[in-house]
Amino acid sequence: MGQKFSCHKISEGKGVGQVIISKDEIMFYLVRPEDGVVIEKAHDLEGRSVAKKVIAFPGGKGSSVVQSDGLYQLLMKENQPAAMIIEHAETVLVAGAIIMEIPLVDKVDPAFYSAVKDGDRICVDASNGIIEILD
Amino acid sequence: MKLTQEQQDILEGKLGEGAALAIKVQIGIGECFDAPRMLPITNAHVALSNQESDLWFAEKMVGLGAKTRIPPTVNPGFCLSYFKERGMVTDEYADHMRRTHEAHKALGCRLTYNCTPYMDTNIPFPNEIIAFSESSATPYVNSVWGARTNRESAQSALCAAITGFVPEYGLLLEKNRKGNILVEVKAKMDSDFAFSMLGYMGKKIGPGIPVFVGLGDYVSPEAHRNLGAELNTSGAYGMYHIVGVTPEAPTLEAAFGGREPERRVVITDEDFETVLEREISDRGNRAIDFALFGCPHFSVKEVRYIAEMVKGKKLAVPLWIMTSALTKNTAEKMGLLDILREAGGDVVEDTCSDQPCWHFLKGKVGVTESPKCAYYPRKRGLEFVIRDLKTCVEAAMEGAVK
Repeated sequence: MGQKFSCHKISEGKGVGQVIISKDEIMFYLVRPEDGVVIEKAHDLEGRSVAKKVIAFPGGKGSSVVQSDGLYQLLMKENQPAAMIIEHAETVLVAGAIIMEIPLVDKVDPAFYSAVKDGDRICVDASNGIIEILD
Repeated sequence: MKLTQEQQDILEGKLGEGAALAIKVQIGIGECFDAPRMLPITNAHVALSNQESDLWFAEKMVGLGAKTRIPPTVNPGFCLSYFKERGMVTDEYADHMRRTHEAHKALGCRLTYNCTPYMDTNIPFPNEIIAFSESSATPYVNSVWGARTNRESAQSALCAAITGFVPEYGLLLEKNRKGNILVEVKAKMDSDFAFSMLGYMGKKIGPGIPVFVGLGDYVSPEAHRNLGAELNTSGAYGMYHIVGVTPEAPTLEAAFGGREPERRVVITDEDFETVLEREISDRGNRAIDFALFGCPHFSVKEVRYIAEMVKGKKLAVPLWIMTSALTKNTAEKMGLLDILREAGGDVVEDTCSDQPCWHFLKGKVGVTESPKCAYYPRKRGLEFVIRDLKTCVEAAMEGAVK
């Protein structure tokens, strides 16, 4: 059993995957649907793939339109994130995650951020408000 | 969240399955933000974008029998007749746009196809509770008109238009409308383009509600539009204050609600240059293939400005101005359309830069004055050099940019 941390459910569900940590906010439209690679210039995750991963990032940014299209396109190619962990909830990403049924949480126990390392396998159980670091 | 009998009825399907799904999504959003209840809205703007997710959701709603109770104005996709007539789109793209049109028509939307409704077709009253999506529209209606909306997504705004309600949280509440970041602008703010650059400082400004000082006592509608559009390209901002300009910021104290700023940021010319050259624009001093303006849609003043610059001259590359059908109509009556067409340019109504109708420009390099215009179509393989409007129009006449 790994370390467990509390969090607040935004979009229900449960997702397991390697965690990828971004210090920049994310606009999913500038993520390539075919492989989940971030193509935004000068972005913290530029060139890295978010496909099937748990993404920990500050929050969503950008257009109120194409954010959810980005998620939708990833979903169609089965390259959507396994779950998302954010610090600042904003309506656009929240609505997108709920409609696309991708687990999303915020208000995570601050201890999580000092314990987690990029690449750790983690489980986000949004419905029950628990994040677990598996290894 | 506590629902009224009417809202409970919607949830139970008395207005149909579509409205029930819409209110379910809204309850999910409301719970995320601890909204205690839902409030009625009297206006909405749906940022339809003719993207696949958009069409998927709108058609799903139509299929479930949904109809908007509060008919929203809508964003542009692309103008089917313009691009079809000229053979510029494939049947597949045309069919997609036709379906987007039919779905939103069936939902009873006001088919304005314009991303700047706050300039002429959908102007809310102060304190009016509304649901507005669209990058530049949300900050404009909150900050400039003093109406109240959260930064809705295209889909959540459509849900609100269908149910006629929004969850009460965030910017609907007086206490959440105060600024928390003091942004002292020392950069030279001599054009509407400078306001675009200021908006693109989201990374430096950080999350929250910025309060700008140092912008003088008049900010044009176009400058407000650019500021909001770029704030929501470089970040996510529901509103801003400009001390002495916007209605909820008569003084610095009022803008911050009497509290101290949590952050202080100074923006200089150097910040603009760094972001422009290193992050968002292609390198200058090169030949260009086209010029594209109107992201967000241009006002008739801007159409006139370009027409005056190109009057009696010939453009070296194609130039398009995207705007509303209303503005195009006005420009035509003013004789501006003839001037632009004689020079080799054109005005395109109902169209957005991030649409498949521009695919013929893939791999080409254009000029634009809008960082947002350069940002999104990157996914479609369009490249841009970003400069102020005057430099862009000169570049279109010369075929090369500084």
